[in-house]
Amino acid sequence: MHIAEGFLPPLHAVAWGAASAPFVVHGVRALTREVKANPESTLLLGASGAFTFVLSALKIPSVTGSCSHPTGTGLGAILFRPPIMAVLGTITLLFQALLLAHGGLTTLGANVFSMAIAGPWAGYAVYRLLRKSGTPLMVGVFFGAFFADLVTYCVTSVQLALAFPDPASGFLGSLEKFAGIFALTQIPLAISEGLLTVLVMRLLMQSSKSDLVRLGVAKLTGGKSAEQTGREAEVR
Amino acid sequence: MTRNAKINTLLLLVVAALAVLPLALGLGDGKEEPFTGADAQAETAIAEIEPDYEPWFTPLYEPPSGEVESALFALQAALGAGVLAYYFGVRKGRRQGAALASAAAPGSAGEAGEGAGEGAAVPAARES
Repeated sequence: MHIAEGFLPPLHAVAWGAASAPFVVHGVRALTREVKANPESTLLLGASGAFTFVLSALKIPSVTGSCSHPTGTGLGAILFRPPIMAVLGTITLLFQALLLAHGGLTTLGANVFSMAIAGPWAGYAVYRLLRKSGTPLMVGVFFGAFFADLVTYCVTSVQLALAFPDPASGFLGSLEKFAGIFALTQIPLAISEGLLTVLVMRLLMQSSKSDLVRLGVAKLTGGKSAEQTGREAEVR
Repeated sequence: MTRNAKINTLLLLVVAALAVLPLALGLGDGKEEPFTGADAQAETAIAEIEPDYEPWFTPLYEPPSGEVESALFALQAALGAGVLAYYFGVRKGRRQGAALASAAAPGSAGEAGEGAGEGAAVPAARES
């Protein structure tokens, strides 16, 4: 979903940059607040960023006969809420833009908007809705990650269609073309990302239940305070 | 294998199958260049829609070859995997330390758990 360097007209590049900047600034504030309030979160924050690093480096073959990569943003959005994911996603995109010539600095704003903002918020919204309606945790996690991934690529398609409307069929004609390249390819990858996020969440349930309870992801049974039971979970 | 481990293995197998099936079924066969990146295809599509478009900025650094590029991608994945492995390693070590401590001094499990929760090292004397 990385729009290549120089491939968005200057006006679009600036507009997406301006749209993304407040989210990232707000995210940096949320991140520093979280680290200050809960220093023990730092390790899990690192792990969430690392998950995005791994997944967005994996180019996987898909049913359309082309390759694409997952985003890994659903996990961090579910654990730490989307503002913090905006920062972690931006770091990943900067790394790729500077070292891999994948994406770019002029298209960073647009890529941050799709992968680090729109995707995480969409995934988080789906996750919350499912959880509120009483869906089991892992089902919520799967669909949260699935939509975080897929929506990212849909937004990229919209961004490109806005910048390059088809001379004959206009915006919608272009959208069909770009969605055919990105969104269709992405469906099996989004399923993979959902499954991998469930896997990591299962491992976290085993190893870090207390963190998940504190972050409001896992619930406790019985009348104990979160703090107490968190510690007991740690002992187990 | 415990039930937990079975489910985790199954998850990994499905992910692997999703990646391998398109290759095994030859879904890229009709294409000029099968299994190219979607990002590159988008660039081609842009060239079709607007043949006159010229990228107005070039990357500051570009990997000199496909090999170097794939090395850097591998580095990115390795960095991420390394940090993830470190995280789960630390958590496992803490749990084992706490379990050892509570086994060595039965009845003080609460105390040991607290120590592990704060991230403090379990006293070495209890471990030996």
